[in-house]
Amino acid sequence: MKAEEMLNLAEKARQDLDHFQHHIHVCTESGCQSSQSQAVLASLTAEVNRRGWQDRVWVKGVGCMGLCCEGPLVKCDDRLYQRVRPQDAADLVASLEAEPVERLHCDTEQPFFTRQKLVVRENAGKIDPESLLDCLAHGAYQGLLRVLTEMTPAAVIQEITASGLRGRGGAGFPTGLKWSTVAKAGGAAKYVICNGDEGDPGAFMDRSVMEGDPHRVLEGMAIAAYAVGADHGVIYVRAEYPLAVKRLNKAINQARRHELLGLNIFGTHFQFNVELRLGAGAFVCGEETALIASVEGRRGLPRPRPPYPANEGLYGAPTLINNVETFANVPAIIQRGAAWFAGIGTAKSKGTKVFALTGRVRNTGLIEVPMGMSLREIIYDLAGGIPEGKAFKAVQTGGPSGGCIPAEHLDIPVDYESLTRLGSIMGSGGMIVMDETSNMVDVARFFMEFCMTESCGKCVPCRVGTWQLHGILDRISRGQGKSGDLNQLQELCAMVKQTSLCGLGQSAPNPVLSTLRYFEKEYRALLEKAPAAGAAPANSAKTVALEVAP
Amino acid sequence: MKAVSATAASLTLNIDGQDLSCRAGETILEVARENGIAIPTLCWLEGLSLWGGCRLCLVEIAGSPKLHAACATVCTEGLHVTTNSPRLTHYRRMIVEMLLSERNHVCSVCVSNGHCELQSLAQKLGVDHVSLPYRFPKLTVDNSHDLFRMDHNRCILCTRCVRVCAEVEGAHTKDVKGRGILAAIIQDLDQPWGDSKTCTNCGKCVNICPTGALTHRGTAVGEMVKKQEFLPYLTLMRGCGK
Amino acid sequence: MSTTPAKPKLATVWLDGCSGCHMSLLDLDERLLILAEKVEVVYSPAVDPKEFPEGVDITLIEGAVSSEEDRHKAQLIRARSRLVVSLGDCAVTANVPGMRNYFEKDELFQRAYVENADAPAAGEARRARLPVLGVPALCPRATPVHEVIPVDLFVPGCPPSAEAIWLVLTELLAGRMPQVAELTRFGA
Repeated sequence: MKAEEMLNLAEKARQDLDHFQHHIHVCTESGCQSSQSQAVLASLTAEVNRRGWQDRVWVKGVGCMGLCCEGPLVKCDDRLYQRVRPQDAADLVASLEAEPVERLHCDTEQPFFTRQKLVVRENAGKIDPESLLDCLAHGAYQGLLRVLTEMTPAAVIQEITASGLRGRGGAGFPTGLKWSTVAKAGGAAKYVICNGDEGDPGAFMDRSVMEGDPHRVLEGMAIAAYAVGADHGVIYVRAEYPLAVKRLNKAINQARRHELLGLNIFGTHFQFNVELRLGAGAFVCGEETALIASVEGRRGLPRPRPPYPANEGLYGAPTLINNVETFANVPAIIQRGAAWFAGIGTAKSKGTKVFALTGRVRNTGLIEVPMGMSLREIIYDLAGGIPEGKAFKAVQTGGPSGGCIPAEHLDIPVDYESLTRLGSIMGSGGMIVMDETSNMVDVARFFMEFCMTESCGKCVPCRVGTWQLHGILDRISRGQGKSGDLNQLQELCAMVKQTSLCGLGQSAPNPVLSTLRYFEKEYRALLEKAPAAGAAPANSAKTVALEVAP
Repeated sequence: MKAVSATAASLTLNIDGQDLSCRAGETILEVARENGIAIPTLCWLEGLSLWGGCRLCLVEIAGSPKLHAACATVCTEGLHVTTNSPRLTHYRRMIVEMLLSERNHVCSVCVSNGHCELQSLAQKLGVDHVSLPYRFPKLTVDNSHDLFRMDHNRCILCTRCVRVCAEVEGAHTKDVKGRGILAAIIQDLDQPWGDSKTCTNCGKCVNICPTGALTHRGTAVGEMVKKQEFLPYLTLMRGCGK
Repeated sequence: MSTTPAKPKLATVWLDGCSGCHMSLLDLDERLLILAEKVEVVYSPAVDPKEFPEGVDITLIEGAVSSEEDRHKAQLIRARSRLVVSLGDCAVTANVPGMRNYFEKDELFQRAYVENADAPAAGEARRARLPVLGVPALCPRATPVHEVIPVDLFVPGCPPSAEAIWLVLTELLAGRMPQVAELTRFGA
């Protein structure tokens, strides 16, 4: 597709939008679909048709509007409705030209909505992710157009570097630096891989981006490919995300048909193709070298680094791997400029971050906030605090690689460095809030069980160490702990952290270490309950001076 | 391992206080072995592809807070490597203890008693007991092959057998199934070894196995059966029969 | 046995093992005489006393902890001994007694007392003859001694050689912690 054609299509799509007097948006992402939003969409469409309002009211399925716990969410023009059932359709359609339906009212003036800053999710809830035209009307592929027609690859990398964007997959590696490493690497073939193997328990940020705005991911990847000199891309999505797979497939086909992927994009010499690969359900395949092995058709096992994928990645070629949310930030940075992006967030952590709020909070769902917002603000203002008058105990960030942060640190700003200092990590954005009824040893045991079953088994410290750690945590939480258990936990954690082959093993002890750091009392309380006896870990003898009677 | 060209540039580095030179592209482990510096390994074997799973060859590099696998780390100019320290010995011992606790390594009744790399490594490192609880898993012995036996009780999942079979013999009969603590070596699509259509009976896997997991048949006490079918014919054979 | 009270008291105990470690101890041969001069053997399968005494200086334990009786003994030994030595692989690793750990207790009993029992006499129905009286309860698992009580020194080997045992005893009596790795190993 030539540039003018796309701009014309976008303009026409915008006019079509304006042609309608009313717009009804129904969330059709996994969360709301699980509470019958497809039926709601169907009955709203039927109701509009029954009234013969097809030319005045546009009913469409859209991406996530955030407040998942109150789904299905439906937006009728500017009014948001929650917990909508199919039988509410008549009232909702009637209300378009009358008073709002009070019983379904969802307050959009609450901090959950007003304090958010939408960059990655700016079109979620606005566009029909399955309609390329709708996406074009909202600015899709304009960043790519600008890059291909106005910028050199070096300038693109310069822009991303200047924006301060860091990897949203967990570790926070500077994205511009990664891109320039791949760009500098020699070799005819290069690859861009989008890591959509979101596997942390309680995390669904990337799923939402892929389900709600798949073209944004493709655009980010295409821009990256242009910048680093790649012409082939792979999106690796876990097969447990069937809707994301379906919508990405559809988006890829639409983009190909309209020559937004393929040869001579916008009439330039740039070519780029994307294929989808499904993960078979292994957490370790989120680790980049394991992901590459999986894409190549081998067992998803990590390998020692270096060489890093930037130099030797997919099929041995230089490969850029970024996470879904990272790519989804790129079009916005290109369109609005690095300075705009760098103006959001903190000194070292720029932009926004999407978080999946789960656990013991009133509002569970997805939020996008500027980096640097305090945990207290997120949990008490946006998430609405702890229900049932219970007291907050801890928030778990970073999934199985992260840690639990207690109440005394709620005022720290959420950025990469602060969370790391507290013994947790930013991670991909899962936030599990726990109240006073949660047992922190159980939490540690749960995450260790997760790591144990997800360990690939390649290296000894992770394969056996996580099993041993789980055994100790399990017996402590069953009240069968032994007196030397805390020392042995510490020792095993240190060893597994330092000697494991990949990030899974190296970070598996984090939930244990952070709960030991902040909630050692709970471990001790359980140990005191344990029946006496049991041996202390043996072999204190090597340091014991011997005195045998002469 | 990569081929190192004869003309490759040479580098200097320091291992355990010795100033050494090596060719570009050589790993720390290769340079150490060439110079008689012992670094323990179980999964690494010259001639097979890099695995990096046993973690025994971890070494310290000055200026880096992390530990580095000597088998996987290519030397760079001016590297300062320590292959032995209280911390490294402690971790190596823990790795051996973990391996001993993982499956049923009953040395006293193992056919490889006295010829086992895990056993001698434990002795070398001074592992005189295992401070971690034993797992005591119930594992199988695959006795279906005419010549060889796979005893999963003794397997440490170093995958030397998998690699030698795929990379040297070219058969790729063996691979790994499952993950984590439940991972196990398999033949073909997890079939009994004796049913394998791809196994060439070459025996490389048996001879490369560091423990008693892969052995020749006929080496266990119960297999020491005399073949005495000829006894009734002894007199006949001596020509004394009627 | 009348000895001067100044001699260190030595005890040797046989838990779940084959007695091979004690045989190896007897393999000290003439060195047993030297040993007898240096220590008072206050408890052992080889001497008379039936009660484990108080105030033992060195106790060598052979065998894994397999029954409640073993467990009780181990705890008593720990309370009454200054130094506890795990002697041999059964005490150190559970070794052969531990090979039953892959099975549930019921499976074991079925195998040992029913399947492997003599064939019933003609006309007699096969009966399970599980011992119920006068036999200490079997622990769910046979475990190394150090999983039950703290152990001061480990001497692996199946059995450890007489040389290894001699080194252990002479070094301990000299007030030093013996380094046995040169002389013995798992399965040795």
